[in-house]
Amino acid sequence: MLTALYIMLGLALVLGIMLGISALLFKVEGDPLVARIDAILPQTQCGQCGYPGCKPYATAIAKGEADINQCPPGGDAGARALADLMGVEYKPLNAEHGLPKPKAVAFIDENTCIGCTLCIQACPVDAILGAAKHMHTIIASECTGCELCLAPCPVDCITMEPVAETPDNWKWKYPVIPIKAMPADGSHV
Amino acid sequence: MNSIIQFASKLLRGQTAESAEVHKFHGGVHPEGHKQLSTTLPIAKLAIPQKLVLPLRQHVGYIPKVKVQVGDHVLKGQMLAEAEGTVSAAIHAPTSGTVTAISEAIIPHPSGLPDMCITLTPDGKDEWTTLRPTNWRNTDKKELVASLRSSGIVGLGGATFPTHIKVRADGKSQVHTLILNAAECEPYITCDDMLMRERADEIVKGMEIVKFLLGAENCIVGIEDNKPEATAAMTEACKALPETSVKVVPTLYPSGDARRLIHLVSGVEIPHDKRSTDVGIQVFNVATVLAIYRYFALGEPSIDRIVTITGSVNSPQNFKVLFGTPLQTLIDAAGGVQSGTTHFIMGGPMMGFDLPTIDVPITKAANCIIAATPNLFAPPPPAMPCIRCARCADACPVNLQPQELYWFSKSDNFEKARDYNLFDCIECGCCTYVCPSNIPLVQYYRYAKSEIIAADKAKEAADLARERNEFRLARIEREKLERAQKHAERAASNKAESAKTESTKVAPTKAEDVKAVPATTESEQPASSTNTDDVKKAAIAAAIERAKALKAAAAQAGESQKKSDAITADAPDASGKPAQTEDEQAKAEQAKKDKQALIAAAIERAKAQKLAAAQAGIAPKNVEDASPAVKAEISEIDAIREKAKQAVKAQDSDSEA
Repeated sequence: MLTALYIMLGLALVLGIMLGISALLFKVEGDPLVARIDAILPQTQCGQCGYPGCKPYATAIAKGEADINQCPPGGDAGARALADLMGVEYKPLNAEHGLPKPKAVAFIDENTCIGCTLCIQACPVDAILGAAKHMHTIIASECTGCELCLAPCPVDCITMEPVAETPDNWKWKYPVIPIKAMPADGSHV
Repeated sequence: MNSIIQFASKLLRGQTAESAEVHKFHGGVHPEGHKQLSTTLPIAKLAIPQKLVLPLRQHVGYIPKVKVQVGDHVLKGQMLAEAEGTVSAAIHAPTSGTVTAISEAIIPHPSGLPDMCITLTPDGKDEWTTLRPTNWRNTDKKELVASLRSSGIVGLGGATFPTHIKVRADGKSQVHTLILNAAECEPYITCDDMLMRERADEIVKGMEIVKFLLGAENCIVGIEDNKPEATAAMTEACKALPETSVKVVPTLYPSGDARRLIHLVSGVEIPHDKRSTDVGIQVFNVATVLAIYRYFALGEPSIDRIVTITGSVNSPQNFKVLFGTPLQTLIDAAGGVQSGTTHFIMGGPMMGFDLPTIDVPITKAANCIIAATPNLFAPPPPAMPCIRCARCADACPVNLQPQELYWFSKSDNFEKARDYNLFDCIECGCCTYVCPSNIPLVQYYRYAKSEIIAADKAKEAADLARERNEFRLARIEREKLERAQKHAERAASNKAESAKTESTKVAPTKAEDVKAVPATTESEQPASSTNTDDVKKAAIAAAIERAKALKAAAAQAGESQKKSDAITADAPDASGKPAQTEDEQAKAEQAKKDKQALIAAAIERAKAQKLAAAQAGIAPKNVEDASPAVKAEISEIDAIREKAKQAVKAQDSDSEA
C-alpha cells in the first residue's frame, strides 16, 4: 500500500521536475498566436482598425478585445483567414472602419511641398524621403498606402495615386464564357 | 516505377553510352500541323519599314536601361538599352536612324497594355556601327559570357530567357551534353525548320561556340520527324563533327518543351525541383545558336529574327524581320490577309495568345504570327461541366492531375493548387485540347498562377513593411532614450558649470579679502563635472567657501546684518548699506563691488527658485533653521534645476519648430 503511494509520489515528483525543466528549456518567446495573426494582416499600418498598427491589432485580436472584421486593407479574404485562424464565425467587414480600396500609393506634389517633415514623421514604414526645408518624395515601392501622411500635410500636397496596371503586374483574368444572344429565328447554334 | 529504373540505369550507364533509341514521354497530343503552308517559299528579307518600335520588355527579367535620348542618331547595331540586373538583355538599333520617341506604346503582350518603347525612324542608309568579331577559340570563357551579356541575345524559341545566363558557368554543375532544340512542335510554326534548311552550316558553327562555352562534350540535335528536309540538312552539316548526332523524334506535341525533348533524346527525366543543368544537360534553340554565331563571328548583335507569317494570309512565308517592325508591314509582305480574318495570334495556336491590336511591333518572342479566321480557329463551344473523365491527366506531358488543378483553381483554392504542383504546368494546352467538355483548363491555371504570384508579391511587400515598421518603432524608442540621456547629461554639466562660475566669482573676493583661497576648489570642478556626486560635493564646498568669504567681507565692512540677507536669498531688496571706514577705503570699494555681484546672483537664484516652485507647485523649502551654507546650496541647486528645465523646454520648442 505504502510502496504504491511512494511510487506514485516519486513518479509525480520526477515528472513534475521534468515538466518544469522543459518549460524553462523550451520556453516560447513572445506570443505565437499574435505572430500568426500579424502574418495574415496586410501590414499597411494604417490604423483604420482603431489600433496604432497591425501588431497592436493582432495583439488585441489574440486577447479577444478586437473583432476580426476591422481591417479594410486586408479585405474579405483577410477577414476569412482571421476567422479560420481564430476558429470563429466569419463576419463581413465592419464598414465603421472603412471600406476596402484598390491599392494606391501616396504621391507628393513636389512643387507644393514646403519641406516641413510632418509626413515623414507620420509615415509608419519610413517610405518618405526628405529633410527639413527640402522637398520630400515617396519611395513608391515601400509605400503601403496607409494614407497617414495625408492629414498632417499643411499644404495638402499629398495625393493617393491608384497603382496602375502594367504588363509587369498584370494578372490573367478568371475565365469567363461570353454569353451571346440567341438568333432571333430560334435556330440553335 | 519504370521511369525511375530507366532513369537510374541511364545514370549508371552515363551519357556516353547512348543508343539510337528515342524515349517517350507521357501524354502529348497530335494537333494538325499546317506546317506545309509556310514552307513552300524560302526565307525572304523584309524591307526596312518607315518606323521601328522597340519595346524595352522583350525578354524575361528586368527592363534594360535606356542609353539614348530622343533626337539621337544611332547606327545599325548600336546599343539602345543596356542590360540591367542579372536577368536582363540589351536592345540594339536594328538599322541606322534617329530616335524619335521614348514613350509608351501597346506591346505584344496578352494584357494589351502599353509599355515603354523606343521609336526609331530609319534613315534608309542601313549603316552598321563598328563591328567587333571575337576570336572565340582564343578568348577567355568569362570574357565571352560577359560580352554575350551585351549582345541582346535571348532564347528565340519563344521563351526569351537571356542567353548569357544559360552559358554562365556557376561551378555547381558540369554540363556534358548540349541539346539543340529543333523540334518545333507547335502547329503552323516553321521558322526553325526553314532556318535549318537554309543555314544549317551557320547553326552548326554556333553550336560549336555554345559547346565550347558550356564545356560540353556531346551534342544532340532533336528534330521532329515532320521535317525531313531540315533533318537532312542538319545531318549533312553535322557529319564532320565528332560526338554530334541528329536525333529524329516522333511528331508529338509538346516535344519542343525543353524537359520533354531531353527525355526524348536522352531518356533522362529531370526532377521537378531541379534544372536540366543539374544533370549536366543544357538546351538551346537553333535560332539562338545561330544568333550566337553571328554575334561572335561577325559581331552582329541581336537585331532581327525569322518570323513565320501564316494562317489566312495570301502568301504564308518566313521572313527575316527586324525587331520593332510593325505587324502591318509583315502582313503586307505576306500578300495581305484574306477576307474573314478576325484577329492575329502570336506564337502557335496551342500556346500563343491573341494580339490585342494590329498596331504592335515584332519582338524577340515573335516566332510566328497567325492570321485567324473563324474557319481556322472556331471559337470554343461553351464549356460544359467536368465529367471527370481524366483525359486531361492522360494527355498531360508533365504527369500532373489537370482535373484536380482545375477544381482548385476554379474555387480559388490556391494553396491546394500549389500543393498539386501547379507551377510545374508548362501551359502547353494539351488538357484543353483533349477536354470533351471544352473547359478552358489552361486559362484556369494561368489565372491561378498569376493570383498566386501576386499574393506572394503582396506577402513579400507586407513582410518588408512589417520589418520597416518594427525598425521605425525601435528607432523612435532608441531616440527617446538617447534624448533623455542627453538631457540628464546636460543637466549635470549645467550644474557643474554653474558651480564653477559661482566659485570663480567668489575667487577674487577670497583672494583679496580672505587671502585663503583653496586652489583645490577650482581645479576639482572640471574633472568631476561628469560625476553627479562629485559635482554635488564640489558645489557644497564652493558654497561653503562663498559663505566664508561673505562672512569675512561682512566682518570687514562691519555690517553683519547684511550677511544673512544676502545668503538666505529670500530678500531681493536687501541692498547693501555701505559703511566705509576711512583707512580701508579702496578695499571696501572692492568688497562692495563683490558683494553687489553676489547679491545680484542671489537675487537671480531666488527668482529662479521662486519660479521653479511656482511651476512645480512645490512650496518653498523650509530653510529657516538651516545653516547659511546649506541654504545657499539649496538655492543654487534649485537654480540649476530651473535652468535645466528651461533648456529642455527651449530644445523641445526648437525641435517642434
